[in-house]
Amino acid sequence: CNHFFALLQDLSSHKMKALVALKRVIDYTVKVRVRPDKLGVVKDNVKHSCNPFDEIAVEQAVRFKEAKKVTEIVAVSVGGPKTVEILRGSALALGVDKAILIKLPKDDSEVEPLAVAKILKGIVEKVKPDFVLTGKQAIDDDSCAVPQMLASMLGWSQGTFLSSVAIEGKAATISRETDVGIQKLEIKLPAVFSCDLRLNEPRYAKLPEIMKAKKKPLEEIDVAKTGVDVTPRLQIVQVSDPPTRAAGKKVKTADELVDKLKNEAKVL
Amino acid sequence: MLSTLRNVSGIAGPRAMRSMTYKAPVRDVKFIFDEVVNVWKTFPDTVAQDTVEIIIKEMAKFAENTLNPIYQVGDEGCKWSPTKIDTPPKWNEAYKAYCEAGWPSLPAPEEYGGQGFPLTVDAVKKEFCAAANWTWYMYPMLSHGAVECLLAHGIKELKDRFLPKMTSGEWTGTMCLTEPQAGSDLGVVKSTAKPSGDGKTYKISGTKIFISCGDHQWTSNIIHLVLARLPDAPSGTKGISLFLVPKYKVKDDGSLETKPNCACVGIEHKMGIKGSATCVMSFEDSEGYLVGKPNNGMREMFAFMNAARLTVGIQGLGHAELSYQQALGYARERLSGRAPTGAVAKDKMADPIIVHPDVRRMLLKMKSFTEAARCFIYHTSLIEDKCRWAKDEKELHKAEGELGLLTPIIKAFLSETSFEICNDGIQIYGGHGFIKEWGLEQIVRDCRISMLYEGTTGIQSFDLLGRKIMMNKGKDLVLFANQILTFCQMNMGNVQVLPHILQTMKLATEWVEIAGGLMMAAQKDPNVLQSAAVDFMYYSGYTVFAYMWIRMEVAATKALAAKPADPEFYQAKLQTADFFFSRMVPRTKAYATSCRAPTKVLTQMKDSSFDLGY
Repeated sequence: CNHFFALLQDLSSHKMKALVALKRVIDYTVKVRVRPDKLGVVKDNVKHSCNPFDEIAVEQAVRFKEAKKVTEIVAVSVGGPKTVEILRGSALALGVDKAILIKLPKDDSEVEPLAVAKILKGIVEKVKPDFVLTGKQAIDDDSCAVPQMLASMLGWSQGTFLSSVAIEGKAATISRETDVGIQKLEIKLPAVFSCDLRLNEPRYAKLPEIMKAKKKPLEEIDVAKTGVDVTPRLQIVQVSDPPTRAAGKKVKTADELVDKLKNEAKVL
Repeated sequence: MLSTLRNVSGIAGPRAMRSMTYKAPVRDVKFIFDEVVNVWKTFPDTVAQDTVEIIIKEMAKFAENTLNPIYQVGDEGCKWSPTKIDTPPKWNEAYKAYCEAGWPSLPAPEEYGGQGFPLTVDAVKKEFCAAANWTWYMYPMLSHGAVECLLAHGIKELKDRFLPKMTSGEWTGTMCLTEPQAGSDLGVVKSTAKPSGDGKTYKISGTKIFISCGDHQWTSNIIHLVLARLPDAPSGTKGISLFLVPKYKVKDDGSLETKPNCACVGIEHKMGIKGSATCVMSFEDSEGYLVGKPNNGMREMFAFMNAARLTVGIQGLGHAELSYQQALGYARERLSGRAPTGAVAKDKMADPIIVHPDVRRMLLKMKSFTEAARCFIYHTSLIEDKCRWAKDEKELHKAEGELGLLTPIIKAFLSETSFEICNDGIQIYGGHGFIKEWGLEQIVRDCRISMLYEGTTGIQSFDLLGRKIMMNKGKDLVLFANQILTFCQMNMGNVQVLPHILQTMKLATEWVEIAGGLMMAAQKDPNVLQSAAVDFMYYSGYTVFAYMWIRMEVAATKALAAKPADPEFYQAKLQTADFFFSRMVPRTKAYATSCRAPTKVLTQMKDSSFDLGY
């Protein structure tokens, strides 16, 4: 009897929950500069914003909610104290219902994709979403690794580099942008989706939503409490500017050109 | 980033690459809000700083990504036909997006559907919109003025009936004052208003010209605020009343009539702001409502005009800021000649022109102007807010006095100097500045109107000297000059800023002296005020700017002492102030002299001698 009711509930229930993962990154318009100690880039007092591909993920989640495919959207981010501004301004103010900050000690604390994936796995187990939406990669490190790692850790389907996604029942029909063209797939839920540029055009925050954002729940969880070891496995040896482009050289004969290509540029 | 990536794929050829870009100066606004003017002390506790910062960021995005890309296309103008007016492409959509985001209601009271934010926060919205696309912004801007007017003076039934849709942006508003024979002198307005006999409505008849954004297809209704005379009204400005005339009459159930209540019979071909439909409006027994009290029209309209005057100051800043951003970008990339002290970019065929002192002179002039103007505008917006939230009559009176004094200076000084700055923008581009695609010349043409409408420079200057100072016996001027002197005295210990502080003290003192002398001379010679007004206005503007600069410098030195992560930002403030005091403030000597020149040099020549007897 219980089994029957549970089945009924399953069939009639369209109450899906989405988890959106976003990252606070240096704004794309900023001219990034190498730090004097050459161990990173200058981040202090530099304009930061929500990773543009994660904005697309938020937009997709909000569209699902408007189409009544999803009844609740939770946003999560791993970052320092200032990440709260991103969760409020780029998630809660856009129509996300709740936000969670996994708080790192400082705004420029380094954390690697593997650690982020592990942390997000913990959040997935806590929030129990039907799917996870995130941007295909962050524009600061371009790792493009978290969505794939997370799906694998969870044993979930993955739909990456999405240019379209439609959800019907317990499956999703997706289009993926690949180097050789658009791939169409049908995958089972639960899934991890990573969003590409052409999936949608994010909306502007509306004033009434911005006002509501203040009252929406924003939970801060210290990263130490997640039980995940976030110590970087990689040591940054040096960060430097790309070498300035040297002036071109004019050669007098084709032979001279071949000689230079062979012996100087070493491309022949 | 996303819209940039999308737009790149749509660009067709090198000509399109010349279009302008805009970056909203969010950092500078934060500096002024937090460290110079300190808005958080004045704003009520209900205004949360983090919410305001989110709003400012969203507004910046909207201005940069939606408004600025459609600025240059506005220069192609509007098209009139007897049934409708076509506005530039995508402008209607931008207005819809603006309303959907809730921006029109930002400062309006919650009672009428507004968000109740301070006018100072709304001023940031205005600044970003004005810089990104002033002409587009005129459409929502005029509505805002109409809302302010109704809020201040409208009878309750009118407010309840019309404000909610005007606050949300669902309906826009205009102001209809000017007639072919009546511009600066509204006393000779001829439009009439006859009671309809139902005790509620009137029939308004007349022709109004130069009605900005008078007609469009953006909204289901347009609310015109019209100046007209009641039967038996006294002559001159004392006989003018203010009426609300909707484009479509609103039936009792809230629905609209289909036949228009008034008509736009033509639009003007203009030097600039071509995207604004400047209409000739024809009212023929058009049904309207008295806004407030009979024969009180001029006073009621001033709520609109005062808000508009401050906004025109913001227009000046906006045009100058847009021009500066383009000129700076150009100066950093355009290669020409070598620096006087030796080649800088040795690997390139020439140095970027930013190395040349002559170019730096123009850039610094533009920079010293835009940053002082920004500070001036938010300082004054805050006074506007103080008027709104004054705790008692005394506080209100004080705030109103300062606002009254600063309004004509903001309007006249920022518009006049902005035109000079925008021309510097063209100059930095050299020959290319004259070419349409680069956009710089459009900014100059769009800026030119700011010295003319909402009261010409002459009218504003006369309002400053003749009304705000003379009629007041200089009380408000002395109070404000004292505000400057008090600030100077409090910061005498700031060794770094002291030379500029001393210069500013001299200016503030001389300012009062000049005004006093002119007031005395005016008692004997009626020509003195008009003769001196414009030069006096310039003197006033530079003095206020000096005050703004030392306030920014004091804030900068304070920040630098705390070893900030971005010292360059603050150091640049001190360096820009150095330029301002050594190269712009000297202009005050010229204005101080010329405004006190004998009126004889203006009046002695016969009208017939003005030409050379051809």
